[in-house]
Amino acid sequence: MPRGRFKEGIIRLLLLMAASTSILIVILIFVFLFKEALPFAVHPGLRELWGTRWIPVSFQRSAYGIIPLITGSALVTCLATLIAIPFGVIGAVYLSEVAAAREREILKPFIELLAGIPSVVIGFFGLVVLAPLVKTALGLSSGLTALTGALLLALMAIPTIMSISEDAIQAVPLSYKEASLALGASKLQTIWRITVPAALPGIIAAIMLGMGRVIGETMAVMMVTGNAAIITLNPAESVRTMTATIAAEMGEVAFGSDHYRALFWVGIILLIVTFAINMVAQRVLKKYQLTP
Amino acid sequence: MTHQRKTEALVYQLMRGITYFIVFVIAYIILDIFYHGVAVLRWEFLAGYPRKSGAEGGILPAIIGTFCLVLGAIAAALPLGMASAIYLSEYARQGRWVRLLRLAIVTLAGVPSIVFGLFGLGLFVLFMGFGASILAGSLTLACMILPTIIVASEEALRAVPQTLREGSLALGATQWQTIRKNVMPYALPGMLTGSILGIGRAAGETAPILLTAAAFYLPKLPRSIFDQVMALPYHLYILATQHPDAAKVRPMQYGTAFVLLLLVLGMSLGAIVLRSHFRKKYKW
Repeated sequence: MPRGRFKEGIIRLLLLMAASTSILIVILIFVFLFKEALPFAVHPGLRELWGTRWIPVSFQRSAYGIIPLITGSALVTCLATLIAIPFGVIGAVYLSEVAAAREREILKPFIELLAGIPSVVIGFFGLVVLAPLVKTALGLSSGLTALTGALLLALMAIPTIMSISEDAIQAVPLSYKEASLALGASKLQTIWRITVPAALPGIIAAIMLGMGRVIGETMAVMMVTGNAAIITLNPAESVRTMTATIAAEMGEVAFGSDHYRALFWVGIILLIVTFAINMVAQRVLKKYQLTP
Repeated sequence: MTHQRKTEALVYQLMRGITYFIVFVIAYIILDIFYHGVAVLRWEFLAGYPRKSGAEGGILPAIIGTFCLVLGAIAAALPLGMASAIYLSEYARQGRWVRLLRLAIVTLAGVPSIVFGLFGLGLFVLFMGFGASILAGSLTLACMILPTIIVASEEALRAVPQTLREGSLALGATQWQTIRKNVMPYALPGMLTGSILGIGRAAGETAPILLTAAAFYLPKLPRSIFDQVMALPYHLYILATQHPDAAKVRPMQYGTAFVLLLLVLGMSLGAIVLRSHFRKKYKW
């Protein structure tokens, strides 16, 4: 008997250790990002990052100002989120409140399929089909703009926003709707005045999680935004995001150089921003007893 | 009253239109790539080696490379993820450590893929000295898909009715015997199919392998886990953006995109079909 108990204890310990690797990986991510980035803080110093020019390769003087990268990411992310919200939320309302059961059973997995399309394939589609479309529609000299990137990213955020919003809408107690209908409100009035407001915290969390996905998205954005490191609010101009900068430049950089370490700082900022967004969204979901 | 009805009907149609627009866009993307991709699909393309930096020939090394990376990621992440899920679902009591564990899993799920790439570069490629290799790329991908596997597996374990556990425990079985004989057999199909969905994602990821495993142009097959490899998603990226004559190699791009999409969607669809099959088999 004690032998059996000993074995049980060992198994339990092994499983606990396996489960704890997640914590270990998170710690290692922070440790190794900072390990590669920190020497930059000593020389040339963190103030160097707070500049408006990102010119990592230069004959005179390299500049590692990440502000244009941050504004690039912010512009693309905000645009993409604004485009994705109506589609994601209205789609979720339609699927859970209006669509027939059969219709829903077919449409839902189909839209979730979108989340499974690799981002490089979406980027390729954007490059070949969408960019020329944007170019002609806006009369630009190049279709590689912030708007093109935002449209693709919106597409990638829609499944996330839709499926979590739908869960939130489904979680609204039936009694709310019944009370509204019993008081003489129409079905449509009930949807927009009762169900959606009641589900709003969950919908907002869904939008935030979609945003988190958009900020971290790399390949699609790198392929269609043109990658010019300029500060602009114009969607028809080319921008360079934080993710694209890392992916495009890390391959050609000398390990241990200032440029290399600056790219790790970009990664750290990216990690902290997505971490913050996800934490807030999780808080909201947890408060309303929804699991993503 | 009829006026209001009309407005309502109109609004419903509008909502339907918006929903179907998304469906249309998805269908358009998939069909566009299938239509142009099928035209390129020949035996020589699938089983041949690339020539003239990918402008001609086939994509065999990229297919094999992606398979190696995915298999490596599965080998590392699946046992670890399933064990984590068993702990969380069967053993864990609410406490500080478990809260921390769940926080770590949620955090891991939100880390951008390019940050995983940086992490893999720092830890596996440089610090552990694996170099850019299948091993480094697989381990990076494994870290990325771990949370998906844990969440899917835990869900499958929780779906097994409590009575099955209680019956076994009441007959004197230990907890591990109960899990092994009375919980796992029923949870395993769900754990595996849920995990495949996460693994399919890994096959299509580019950013994590960009810095840790993928080779620009390497027209031969890997011989050890310390070799660099070509990979389908990276090959597509290179052909589409870095090739000097990108428009001319468009058929090769479509062919690569088609094979990649087929691989990833095939895995997802397979998992979904299997899951519904098992759900029908075990109805509690």
